[in-house]
Amino acid sequence: MIHGWSAVYRREMLILKRRFKRQVASMAVSPLLYLLAFGYAMGDAARFDGHTYLEFLIPGLVAMTSMTQSFAIATDINVARFYFCIFEEFQAAPISHLAYVTGEVLAGVTRAMLGVAIIITLALLFGVTLNYGPLFWVAAILNSFVFAALGVTLAMLVKSHGDQSLLTNFIITPMAFLGGTFFPVDRLPEWAQDTLFFLPLTHASRAVRAVAFGQTPVLSDYIILVLTGAGFFGIALRSVNKARD
Amino acid sequence: MIQIENLKKNYGTNAALKGIDLTVPAGELFAYLGPNGSGKTTTIRILTGLTKLSQGRATINGFDIERDPLEVKRQCGLAPQHTNLDSELTVFENLDIHARLFGMKSAERKRKISETLTYVELNRRADSLVKKLSGGMKRRVMIARALVHEPKVLFLDEPTVGLDANIRRRIWSLIKKIQQHGATIFLTTHYIEEAEFLAERVAFLDEGRIVAIKSPQEFISQAGVWAVDRMSDTGMITEYFHSRETAREFTSSQKNGYTLRRTNLEDAFLLLTGKKVQ
Repeated sequence: MIHGWSAVYRREMLILKRRFKRQVASMAVSPLLYLLAFGYAMGDAARFDGHTYLEFLIPGLVAMTSMTQSFAIATDINVARFYFCIFEEFQAAPISHLAYVTGEVLAGVTRAMLGVAIIITLALLFGVTLNYGPLFWVAAILNSFVFAALGVTLAMLVKSHGDQSLLTNFIITPMAFLGGTFFPVDRLPEWAQDTLFFLPLTHASRAVRAVAFGQTPVLSDYIILVLTGAGFFGIALRSVNKARD
Repeated sequence: MIQIENLKKNYGTNAALKGIDLTVPAGELFAYLGPNGSGKTTTIRILTGLTKLSQGRATINGFDIERDPLEVKRQCGLAPQHTNLDSELTVFENLDIHARLFGMKSAERKRKISETLTYVELNRRADSLVKKLSGGMKRRVMIARALVHEPKVLFLDEPTVGLDANIRRRIWSLIKKIQQHGATIFLTTHYIEEAEFLAERVAFLDEGRIVAIKSPQEFISQAGVWAVDRMSDTGMITEYFHSRETAREFTSSQKNGYTLRRTNLEDAFLLLTGKKVQ
């Protein structure tokens, strides 16, 4: 049933390996700018729960990067589908939709973990050390699973690469700013907090930040990420067939 | 064996296939000849699971393409018209991913990839990045990839499109060699010589319908083996003759210029459809 997932995953990893230096450099640019602009430049001007803004920002960037990098698998799939027609190689192979989606989602998660590792390295360079215990990684992996599954779903449903960019602008960019990345959600009006509760990134930011600050994370954040990820994964499975013309 | 019954495909209101009926016995090298847009690629895409059919039924070696898609895919190898190799990967890596998708074990993969690359005379380029290869080499890699898992039915969609005459002939030899090893080959082409040289039987496809199926020799014999192209007041006219003598007799009465030549599949296609293939 799941035979072939490793071939899908292996292909993505071989390409990642070929582009490794470029990929790492491009993954480091945005977080570096955020750290310089919002974190370093602000210094001690703003403090949250006894932490500097730089310390506050780094877990948010981890959550955001795990989202953007895992969702970026959608772009890779689309380029392979619309420009190079490599997706046809998977469509013509005797593998199930489960195998295909599993391979692509795991590739998205792997990419995201590379992005997270880059943030942690940058944090160290900026002199910030936080707690990166197992629950920190669990939250980051669950968050990347959610967005890799969403990315695969949308990559199967869009009809062109242009549609993909539109979806990124409408879904990922607003979430990146509103999901507790750059400011604490609990400082917003209640109606806004209620709305942001439905964003998976809000729960990922909260869980990652809690562990990073040495606090006990809220179990419900993990449960919500698991359920959302399972939901998107299920939709991704159903959407693979839609990619056939 | 490929069996197709009343196969139809609609894209919105546009009917790409209007009811195809066809049987290709095991081991045959069958060509699907028609102009661009006639439905050749659509047929292959449906048979290999890339496109959904709108109506009808098709089986490959007894497996229904809708009910047993995975088993059908195990039976088939596909070299599509456009190059769909991973250009950032090596030749070996492209074939290796393919072999893994077909569930081949490590030792078997290595052996078959090496054998297949030797077969298409690219064993020395196994570690080359695909983007460094010429167009003809990429075509051979695609055929090699389609062969790695030892398919019983091989679909070649315009296998020599865009290649120069020398490379084309090399690929033809390769296709003949593959058929001699027992595979059923379903080939689409709009190159007349390709269908004539390779195919045991040819289907003429026009606007989503099969107009006729015969061997190339039968098509040519039916039209007349000899053709005379001559100029008239309305333009070029071609007359067909069953013997060279009658053709020569006809030309002797021609005052203007003429060309006496052998009839080809293009003539047969033109006679049946009123259109040119190319």
